[in-house]
Amino acid sequence: MGSAVIVARSVHKHYGPIHAVDGVDLDIRAGELFGLIGHNGAGKSTMFKMMLGLIPATAGEIRIDGAQVSGGNFRAVRRTIGYLPENVVLYDNLTGLETLHFFSRLKGVSPAESGAALERVGLAQAARRRVREYSKGMRQRLGFAQALLGKPRILFLDEPTSGLDPEAIRSFYAILRQLRSEGVTMVITSHILAEIQERVDRLAIMTAGKIQASGTVQALREQMDLPLWFTVRTAQEDFAAVRAALAHLPVGAIEAHADHLTVPCQRENKMAVIEALAALGGRVRDLTVREPSLEDVFFGFSD
Amino acid sequence: MEIKQITTVASKEFWDRIRNRWVLAVALVFTAFALVIAYFGAAQQGSVGFHAIDVTIASLVSLVIYLIPLIALILGFDAIVGERERGSLDLLLSMPITRLEILLGKYFGLAAALTFSTVAGFGVAGIVLSPQLDLNALFHYFGFMLSSVLLGCTFLSLAVMLSVFASDRTRASGLAIALWFFFVLVFDLLLLGALVVTGGQWGGEIFPYLLLANPADVFRILNVFALDDVRTLYGLTTVFPPTLANPWLLGLVMLAWIAAPLGIASWRFRK
Repeated sequence: MGSAVIVARSVHKHYGPIHAVDGVDLDIRAGELFGLIGHNGAGKSTMFKMMLGLIPATAGEIRIDGAQVSGGNFRAVRRTIGYLPENVVLYDNLTGLETLHFFSRLKGVSPAESGAALERVGLAQAARRRVREYSKGMRQRLGFAQALLGKPRILFLDEPTSGLDPEAIRSFYAILRQLRSEGVTMVITSHILAEIQERVDRLAIMTAGKIQASGTVQALREQMDLPLWFTVRTAQEDFAAVRAALAHLPVGAIEAHADHLTVPCQRENKMAVIEALAALGGRVRDLTVREPSLEDVFFGFSD
Repeated sequence: MEIKQITTVASKEFWDRIRNRWVLAVALVFTAFALVIAYFGAAQQGSVGFHAIDVTIASLVSLVIYLIPLIALILGFDAIVGERERGSLDLLLSMPITRLEILLGKYFGLAAALTFSTVAGFGVAGIVLSPQLDLNALFHYFGFMLSSVLLGCTFLSLAVMLSVFASDRTRASGLAIALWFFFVLVFDLLLLGALVVTGGQWGGEIFPYLLLANPADVFRILNVFALDDVRTLYGLTTVFPPTLANPWLLGLVMLAWIAAPLGIASWRFRK
């Protein structure tokens, strides 16, 4: 990863008494896929709009590649940016191709790029159909194609997989991986935390207009010190033996289910628990260890 | 300011109206009204058929003064607020384009559609009538078309302005109707009422200037003073000094009526 290309310093946005964004500092590095997650109303979209220069900050400063996005050279800055808004709304009476021609002219890009962008998101077949005939997923893909026009170096993606089917979501992230390999910096928001936890390089958790935590998913897990979860599959008559084997170890409350037990334990005791269970031999039919999910981390910080 | 950005937005707006047949529909309405008025305008006097361009223009002015402001306001009231409400404005604003360029692009695109339909509508009627018109009559008819275009552009400018101020499309449409009522129906009544109530003591001297504060009145004066035979039909000419009725001056007033609302809209849109 390179140096920071998006830098926010003490950014505030106030709407009367409401502090939508309250003293945010961010450094997003060149070529990374950065996630911004938070509840509805946490300030993500406001932060996005300020980073894009759509609304001014009440206080503080945001710089993209060292320049203010709404400053004197805003055109040059915006030509390096692609933006896919949440619930993208395009023009119903234009075809997919005409839509991209319109945005390519605004971006100062050759309209010839439009066909390639449609191909990339899998809409080449629907290029000459009116947008009003597109499904929600197709509109979302067209919006993504629009964001890719002009080969932007920075992409802002607000809930980009909303309305996409699983196959389209997989294709979408395949494109993001390719873009990352080309050095494109991406900022993404999503409500589907399981979807982004394995895909982002780093993320920030926003609540009530503030960044509660930021870093890699693994670093945040460690920072929260959340337990690992063992699932021990065994017969009910062996539940007592498992409990006895773990009795001398510092594990959390063991929960019994129909055919398995769940055991929370801190990371440093992981190997000791595995050894204790291994000593039970064939009485343990299966064992899985689950890392705390991004959702666990998110709720840990936001609560 | 980049002209290319303005023309990109304007071109989209214009072709949208061509594509959804808005321009065709309005042009047909204008053609139909112009021909009906030209041929049946004198039916109440017991005769039909084209009589004189003066009377035809006078009748058309009476019609156009209601119709064009309404069409222009309907065309422009959701230019900005519609984009904002649908959610497409943010994407547009994220492009390398200024708010002023978006505003002007929207305005010029819609103005081109309105101009095209006005010229096509009245132009077709003019071509149909042309065998019966001499050069002087054609000149006056052309002047009427030009002033109709200016009238449309002034009300379109007002519509775009309120589209920037309104918080949603419903309010914008309400404001557009209120604006139409005020300028087309209420304004003259208020002026005349003030004159009558005060027995001419109040407003007598500034009355002609107050008429310039209404683009619909400017349009009427522009057409009334251009035609000798029509001038005698209107009491308005007795209170309006001929020096103020200079077509170039009135044309400038119309242009000011286009520029001022756009200026205010631009100021508000930047906020």
